[in-house]
Amino acid sequence: MKTTQPDTASSAKRFTPKEAMEWIMKIIFLVCGFIAIAFVLLITVYLILSGLPAIREVGLVDFLFGTRWASTNDTDPAFGILPFILTSIYGTAGAILIGVPIGFLMAVFLAKVAPPKVASVIRPVVDLLAGIPSVVYGLVGMMVLLPAIREFFDLPAGDSLLAAIIVLAIMILPSIISVSETALQAVPKEYEEASLALGATELETYFRVSAPAAKSGIAAAVVLGVGRAIGEAMAILMVAGNVANMPSLLRSVKFLTTAIASEMSYAAVGSLQRNALYSIGLVLFLFIMCINVILNVFLKRDKEG
Amino acid sequence: MKRISALLLGGALCLGLLAGCGGGTTTPSTAPSDTGSTESTTPSDTGSANTELTGTVNTDGSTSMESVILALSEAFNEMYPDVVINYSGTGSGSGIENATNGTVDIGLSSRALSDEETAAGAVSHVVALDGVAIVVNTSNSVSDLTVDQIAQIFTGEITNWSELGGEDQEIAVFGREAGSGTRGAFEEIVGVEDACKYTNEYSSTGDVIGNVASNPGAIGYASLSAVDDSVKALSVGGVECSEATVLDGSYAIQRPFVMITKEGAELSEATQAFLDYAMSADAASVIELAGAVSPNA
Repeated sequence: MKTTQPDTASSAKRFTPKEAMEWIMKIIFLVCGFIAIAFVLLITVYLILSGLPAIREVGLVDFLFGTRWASTNDTDPAFGILPFILTSIYGTAGAILIGVPIGFLMAVFLAKVAPPKVASVIRPVVDLLAGIPSVVYGLVGMMVLLPAIREFFDLPAGDSLLAAIIVLAIMILPSIISVSETALQAVPKEYEEASLALGATELETYFRVSAPAAKSGIAAAVVLGVGRAIGEAMAILMVAGNVANMPSLLRSVKFLTTAIASEMSYAAVGSLQRNALYSIGLVLFLFIMCINVILNVFLKRDKEG
Repeated sequence: MKRISALLLGGALCLGLLAGCGGGTTTPSTAPSDTGSTESTTPSDTGSANTELTGTVNTDGSTSMESVILALSEAFNEMYPDVVINYSGTGSGSGIENATNGTVDIGLSSRALSDEETAAGAVSHVVALDGVAIVVNTSNSVSDLTVDQIAQIFTGEITNWSELGGEDQEIAVFGREAGSGTRGAFEEIVGVEDACKYTNEYSSTGDVIGNVASNPGAIGYASLSAVDDSVKALSVGGVECSEATVLDGSYAIQRPFVMITKEGAELSEATQAFLDYAMSADAASVIELAGAVSPNA
């Protein structure tokens, strides 16, 4: 027995320097992989643990479907986040409605229509748009967009859902453009050549052949845009007006993200207000989880197709 | 060989990391024990002229006083680096209570004491006055409002400047987000707590000023020290909003920042020094920088 043990060890070649190195590096990679997973798990558990108490205290139905938010009211506090949820959904939907057609057409232009030289100038500009910090979008929106909306609609103030939608639509453009451009460029040349050979015009080819062939990639671009729009806080904090009204296009509104951002620094530790803000975070987290799942479904289909 | 040297390098880096951690934990562990052991205010052995006074001053109370207390403690620490001043924002009521039952050295209140609180042994030291200016756009022809009119505007009973003798222009009511000290002060003094109908809520004084400056129909409020030429500060009930009128008490929308101590209780040397400093003329400029007016200038 005693002689066989070292024998098996040496037969497995564990102790040559090369093998040891492989083994150590494998462990390091494993640990790094686990760190990423650990953070996701940590955040999930933390959000659920800190988000549930307020929901339990307020009541799930009252919390999700209550229309009044008065977290600092001493005599009659209310914690209904329906205005925030609806605002986030409307705002995101509006941004998609404006941003996707523009982004898609831009992607078609860059991938198919534009001469390579023009495209090589525009592409870095689009990338630059993606790199602009959101606070700058907010600032420009505040200085340019708000007075324009105020004048145009003759309102007391320009801060509104409309302003937030326009800012968000511009912010999601770069990701929509670059993802759908990549998808369009991945369409095999043969498809387009066949279509052209059959007598279709170039435009017919792009919209009837290339776009359907790239549709799952374009869908992924849309979902990515949704994810970016629903998670944005800073830019819309500056243009949305931040009053917890039920959403209406020309009134000041508060999003899920801005509700957390504007009140968190004042909420006392352990108070119902702070816990309710965590609960809003949990709701937002669930929204974004759903969007990620949908995105993965599209990306998977893209790979298979 | 390359791999082995890489491994060695990695190991060395890890060691360096651990060494760094070790260094990090030892330095702070000495500092608190240093201040904690000398809390009885015996002269410390550090030698330098400024470090004679040591100890901890615990303050607790009004969240609105945070910027004033932080500015004061920063300036105080420049003279007495070994005194640790702690601040926790729990609200005026609990600050007064904690000062009278002795759990903190100094309680902080952003309102005057009630009779019951004075009877319970709270002694007030007014360190600063906080004036809240009512600001409108410079193009607005209205320049004076009563407190009642301001309350009506902010609760949505008056919605057009023409009702107040101004142009026919809808009023845009701008305020701060829930929890802001300025908002709390304004709503409490004007008597419109939790009843305001804001058009917009902004998360900083600068945002309020900036948006009032760019919107002809706007009204907003801001700490007196933040008001600049880009907006017009209204006079309230005929009294102009300025440091002088806040100091003599004639400007209506103001409140005191009060430090509370317990009657008859012996203050530690560090606490007494901090209180003396806060009440001194030297602190006036610091208090002004923090956005309030010092009555002791």
